[in-house]
Amino acid sequence: MAHDNSYTGQKFEVVGNRFLRPDGVDKVTGRARYGADANAPGQLVGLVLRSPHAHAIIKKIDTSRAEKMPGVKAVITSEDLPDLTGGDAGMAQTLENCMARGRAMYDGHAVAAVAAVDRQTAKKALQAIKVTYKKLPHVTDVDEAMKPNAPVLHPWLFTAGVDPKPEKPSNVISRTQMGHGDPEAGFAEADVIVEKSYKTEQTHQGYIEPHACLASVTPDGQAELWVTTQGPFTYRSVCATLLGLDIAKLKVTSSEIGGGFGGKTHVWVEPLALALSRKANRPVKLVMTRDEVFRATGPTASTSIDVKIGAKKNGTITGATLELRYQGGAFVGMPWAQLACMTGFACYDIKNQRSVGWDVVVNRPKVAAYRAPSAPMAAYAVESTLDMVAEEIGMDPVNLRLKNVAKEGAQAPYGPIYGPIGIEAALKAVKKHPHMKAKLKKGQGRGVACGFWFNIGGQTCVDLNIGTDGTVNLAVGTVDVGGARASMGMIAAEELGISYDDIKVVVADTASLGHNDTTEGSRGTFSSGMATIFAARDAINVLKERAAKMLDVPVEDIAWEKGEAKAVGKRYSNLPKLSLKEIARKSPNTGGPIAGHNEVVADGAGMGFAAHIVDVEVDEETGLSKILRYTVVQDAGKAIHPDYVEGQMQGAAVQGIGWALNEEYVYGKDGRLENPGFLDYRIPVASDLPFIDTKILEIPNPNHPYGIRGVGETSIVPPLGAIGNAIANATGVRMTHAPMSPVRVLDALDEAAGMDQKVSAG
Amino acid sequence: MQVSLNGALRAGANGAESIEIEAATIRELLTKLVERYPDMQDHMDRGIAVAIDGVIYRDDWTQKIPAGAEVFLMPRIEGG
Repeated sequence: MAHDNSYTGQKFEVVGNRFLRPDGVDKVTGRARYGADANAPGQLVGLVLRSPHAHAIIKKIDTSRAEKMPGVKAVITSEDLPDLTGGDAGMAQTLENCMARGRAMYDGHAVAAVAAVDRQTAKKALQAIKVTYKKLPHVTDVDEAMKPNAPVLHPWLFTAGVDPKPEKPSNVISRTQMGHGDPEAGFAEADVIVEKSYKTEQTHQGYIEPHACLASVTPDGQAELWVTTQGPFTYRSVCATLLGLDIAKLKVTSSEIGGGFGGKTHVWVEPLALALSRKANRPVKLVMTRDEVFRATGPTASTSIDVKIGAKKNGTITGATLELRYQGGAFVGMPWAQLACMTGFACYDIKNQRSVGWDVVVNRPKVAAYRAPSAPMAAYAVESTLDMVAEEIGMDPVNLRLKNVAKEGAQAPYGPIYGPIGIEAALKAVKKHPHMKAKLKKGQGRGVACGFWFNIGGQTCVDLNIGTDGTVNLAVGTVDVGGARASMGMIAAEELGISYDDIKVVVADTASLGHNDTTEGSRGTFSSGMATIFAARDAINVLKERAAKMLDVPVEDIAWEKGEAKAVGKRYSNLPKLSLKEIARKSPNTGGPIAGHNEVVADGAGMGFAAHIVDVEVDEETGLSKILRYTVVQDAGKAIHPDYVEGQMQGAAVQGIGWALNEEYVYGKDGRLENPGFLDYRIPVASDLPFIDTKILEIPNPNHPYGIRGVGETSIVPPLGAIGNAIANATGVRMTHAPMSPVRVLDALDEAAGMDQKVSAG
Repeated sequence: MQVSLNGALRAGANGAESIEIEAATIRELLTKLVERYPDMQDHMDRGIAVAIDGVIYRDDWTQKIPAGAEVFLMPRIEGG
């Protein structure tokens, strides 16, 4: 049954409150069961052998010694994973990324795996596998990979989107261009033009919980997978395809998740665990080490970006261009640079703009989504350059942004016209925020930057079952990455008119609910929220039918108000109201169980916009930039549970701060990752940071009954630009390479000082 | 009805910025698109979203397209 998803301005009694989180006790007492916490009788330990080379032909894999070792129950290579992808190039590359097929494409690429009775035996078995490699030239830098003399990773890769079509293969997957107007004409109108080039390094999502799973395949083709994932249904379909299993016979259960942020939207070791279990005929538990997580799961792209912005002295931007080069690792995956083309100028109404994206392969692990994928890097370049334009024309940087801000009716860089959006409101909130008036000392600086992310919806399915005592089970299929159980429970309580405490929400396994798309793209609350509203209304229709029977009146005369059914009309004035609990108690005798259900394609997601303010203090002796104060302003559409919304805004900002100041993959000349651990790849911890202040704006999404927009991703976008602007404000030096680590800041300060000396000497 | 193409999709339609197609639903629009421009199938396989008056539809092909609507085809995006 089709439902109207329009925003109605409904008044709320439950939504908007700050209830205790339902997973809190389990998580603080250690009861919560994560990916590595499941066990099965007779389970084996799975381990993976990985390439030590950045690029090499695998001439031979000799597993004979390992297979003969006592306690070793299975050894697999790519020969145990035949290509069943049926010509699906993307799926074939997923298979090859899970297990090398003749060539190791990056340091850490899996080449074999074992299952043994214990970890010690499994480790010895890995050591007993002899792999003969022939090293090949490698390239890990995006700009180097695009040069004509770069080692070519794939002889079949010819650049798409260029004219004429290339005759030789290269590492450039595709060229994408989008925009509108005439940027060159815009530059001709400009009073000032600023051009700048930037680089950003590769970062990892840094989820605390490594990838982990327990796989069990039986000889009759039945299989189960317990796994930490953002998308159990996607894992099910991908693993079923790669292993040749029937989708319905593979049951995937998502564990509690210790962070994902996009990195747990893709399969990495799960097909290997299933293949090992199938070969050993025993359950196999496979838990990645942190070293493996860094080397062989999906970090974000490293990039190289050129920006050109022209403006009139009054601040009007007349033209702007972006050239974006993004490496996606060793395989063709999502078009990351294309995404950046769509987001770079999205906060602004620029009549003449062009963004050109180049997607490139290098000898690094296959890139995965990371919270608003591709947007933070483009925003770093755009927001930094905007501050330089403001300085050139002597205008306040916030006023420059407000002068050009995108509003309803403006054309987005990717084409369509915006509906109601919140970036102007966010910038106005920034402008009047007390943070902007706080005094700064010498060596301190303040920066502001904006950010955009699309947000998405997608396929969604929920079940709502009412028990005979009137308490309610709600089964959702989007993983609880940031408050789904609390917010879905609140929405169900709101609709049914009952207490939040009477609702228990579970994340269902794949055998218990219809398909749900992966929890990504800030879709969880938007999509499952919509399905929960409709499922609850479906259940209310049943409740009204049962009440009609109990009261012996036509169902058309029954209304549902605040958790009670009542017969409407003077002739029914002597009839009692019936509560949900009363109707539920009688349900065995009025028709059986009472349930609501909904499956929906939740389209019409509302765009997410944010503006951030940051104060930094730069130590000019060490180059260390300390965050003194940080404020996030973001449009949530409607904050269902404000604590969780603020948590998303804070968490995203902190990840952006880490990206801006510390985090980067460091590759040696040998193409090997030199810092695959949290000691050398340093994410910010609580003691590094001040309290991250938040301000939630609520500009309703017209395409959701409650006005919900996604909130999970947008606030990772502004921090790089905001911090770059704050460092420039503190030191007078513009940083163009993220992370803006102490050594890079020192180099930039030294370079600036040297230039000053040259100027004064000259 | 005029249908605008995001830059990433134009190669599939011989470089056209916009095309004329009469369609009452997204399904009809995409079917006619591939009939007329077979090269668009590669983009379809990667995913195309349809923006109707600024609202992005990634999946619901039953969506009706009102007369006079602004229709924009763009790559179907995902997220983290």
